Amino acid sequence: MASYLHGVHTPHRKKTRHKPVLRMDIPKTVTIPMAMHIGAPSTPIVKVGDEVKVGQKIAEASGFVSVPVYSSVSGKVTKIKDLLGAGGNTTAAIVIESDGLQTVDESVTPPTVSTREELLAALKESGIVGLGGAGFPTHVKFNVDPERIDYLIINGAECEPYVTSDTITMMERSDDMGDALRVLCPLLGIQKVIVGIENNKKRAAVAMRNMAASVTEAQVSVKMLPSVYPQGGEKVLIYHTVGRVVPEGKLPIDAGCIVINCTTLATIGTYLKTGMPLVEKCVTVEGSAVAQPQNVLAPVGAALSDLFAACGGLTCDPDKIIYGGPMMGVTVPSADEPVMTNTNAILALTKKEAWLPKTTACIRCGACTNHCPFGLAPAAISHAYKYNDVEALKKLSVDTCMLCGCCSFVCPANRPLVQRNKLSKELLKQTRAKEDKKV
Amino acid sequence: MSKLAISPHIHCGQSTAGIMLDVLIALLPASIAGVIIFGLRSLWVILTCVVACVAFEALFCLITKKPQTVKDLSAAVTGLLLALNLPANIPLWQCVVGSLFAIIVVKSLFGGLGRNVVNPAIAARVFMLVAFTSVTQAAFPINVDAVAGATPLADVTPKPAMPGLLTLATGYYGGAIGETCSFALLVGGIYLLIRRVITWHNPVAFMSTVFVFSLFMEGFDPVKALSMVLCGGVVIGAIFMATDYTTSPPTPLGKVIFGIGCGLMTCLIRYFGSYPEGVSFAILFMNILTPYISKWTRHKVFGVGGGK
Repeated sequence: MASYLHGVHTPHRKKTRHKPVLRMDIPKTVTIPMAMHIGAPSTPIVKVGDEVKVGQKIAEASGFVSVPVYSSVSGKVTKIKDLLGAGGNTTAAIVIESDGLQTVDESVTPPTVSTREELLAALKESGIVGLGGAGFPTHVKFNVDPERIDYLIINGAECEPYVTSDTITMMERSDDMGDALRVLCPLLGIQKVIVGIENNKKRAAVAMRNMAASVTEAQVSVKMLPSVYPQGGEKVLIYHTVGRVVPEGKLPIDAGCIVINCTTLATIGTYLKTGMPLVEKCVTVEGSAVAQPQNVLAPVGAALSDLFAACGGLTCDPDKIIYGGPMMGVTVPSADEPVMTNTNAILALTKKEAWLPKTTACIRCGACTNHCPFGLAPAAISHAYKYNDVEALKKLSVDTCMLCGCCSFVCPANRPLVQRNKLSKELLKQTRAKEDKKV
Repeated sequence: MSKLAISPHIHCGQSTAGIMLDVLIALLPASIAGVIIFGLRSLWVILTCVVACVAFEALFCLITKKPQTVKDLSAAVTGLLLALNLPANIPLWQCVVGSLFAIIVVKSLFGGLGRNVVNPAIAARVFMLVAFTSVTQAAFPINVDAVAGATPLADVTPKPAMPGLLTLATGYYGGAIGETCSFALLVGGIYLLIRRVITWHNPVAFMSTVFVFSLFMEGFDPVKALSMVLCGGVVIGAIFMATDYTTSPPTPLGKVIFGIGCGLMTCLIRYFGSYPEGVSFAILFMNILTPYISKWTRHKVFGVGGGK
């Protein structure tokens, strides 16, 4: 194995993992965005004034890479508004006023899945997307020739500091995961399943081993991995579990692997058993500005402020509010933003916690390239970007970058390295689009 | 409203000033040993070089209206390294001229920290070596009764006797202030390794190359070969100069090539050149090749050229 898949040792700060999950009170209103996944935003099928129930479909998938959306509360649709997403684009969001009764819709019944086609249709209908953060529709991921799947890898690495929702899910919902595997493996022709888990999650690993022993439909094993960020990066995980290298610009399936987040798997299990689509999410609420950090089971669409309130409120005005972990998370302007299906954590960081040193001159120490999990040369990429050198950027394989942020984290001069990698990837995308137009 | 910013939102806490401070701490044992061995005069050389380097750095920033960079401590490191590479009896005005050359000509005019092509302290020492005869004259330990000024490596007749290994480790022989006490230098090197400021690659490649080369030249006498490593500027050069971030390659493979190159050049100059000592020239030479070595020894990017 190549020794350069270095990564960094981030502070763990996983103190919420042994606290029980708190089921929060149903908020007065929920705001459910239509773009909680990668792909086309869903199309609303309810109008203002409509009565809705828990698990009722409120938006339809708009295309293949898209998913339907379900109501997380029972009540009345009061508004369909434009919501400025964290990515900067505006999409519709359905605002529902809860009646507090949580009446379940009649349509919520276990799906019948006896063939591969039925399973994929059910997965599409479930609205399940990759819950590790990316939000890629699960039914698309599984829609590949069964011959090509050598391994199903379950991502239980959860390498981001603070975040523990996956760990909690593995400890508390291993039955759901086992049930999902019992259905998925025979129908999709999966013979080998590997659970990749960081070695700082001992209790979750025990739960996973028990789960592995209970599944007879496929050969399930648990692989302990060193606790190094970004162990949970898809390509890093594949390399460390089965020793395969995903070729540049290709997908995991090109290396015979499908990687699925452990919480996604548990959600599939629940859906197959009950028919309840993805309407509530276990979210780690953390950061020094949170009074009592813990994992919260929140209905999709609940405002972040409601989650903070469930955790004893905020002790001070946070410097940054983040969806996800501190290494790759996205900041939001206020706590009015909603919890989404792919939200695994929300952080309220104090000024001290989110402190970043001043940017100074590059001293060419090489920390960025020596810590890059993929062996990229961020300093050289930065330089090429500065001069708009598209050819150099291509040669430096900047498209391989997964934006994990190790380079910026370790840079003693705190240069904006991963930030420029991101801009470089965008520049290449635009250049390619221009070239395509010319042809 | 909370702040909007792109990830990552945390930092490891390491800074340029922190690294430089670690280097200064690592040089402390060698500096103290130098003062003990060569007397209080060496303290004056050290102070002059450090103060002059810092002052020139501050002055340059002031005159060119650039942000003040004295706080990153890199000028202090250059000053200390330069002083440790000079004999204790050098006239202090020459130290000031050397510092000027290091900071203004080699570092600042090339764009400041991180942009210099060669190591400022090394380049300044070589400049002084050519400009002033006092640099070639090695100072002798205060309590050793010696008249002439020549290092054990000097190409003079009669050739000075090579000191024993114990003397080479403790540093009680002629040479520059900080280069003789190998023990103190190694302590500093271990500190830098523990603090992860440097990696083992360049020092080990450098020193082992000198050892192996000398082994061949000295008729496979391991004691003589080891003496060639411990004597002169190899140890200080390998640990503190060849590991300079800016002027050496960043990747482990690049560092090994750089170290081997330094070792080869040092021995070629020592055995076949006209100068008795070649460490400074060797590092200077490899500094110039560094951009190319860096380019050739980049990590292979994960997944490029296919997988499995």
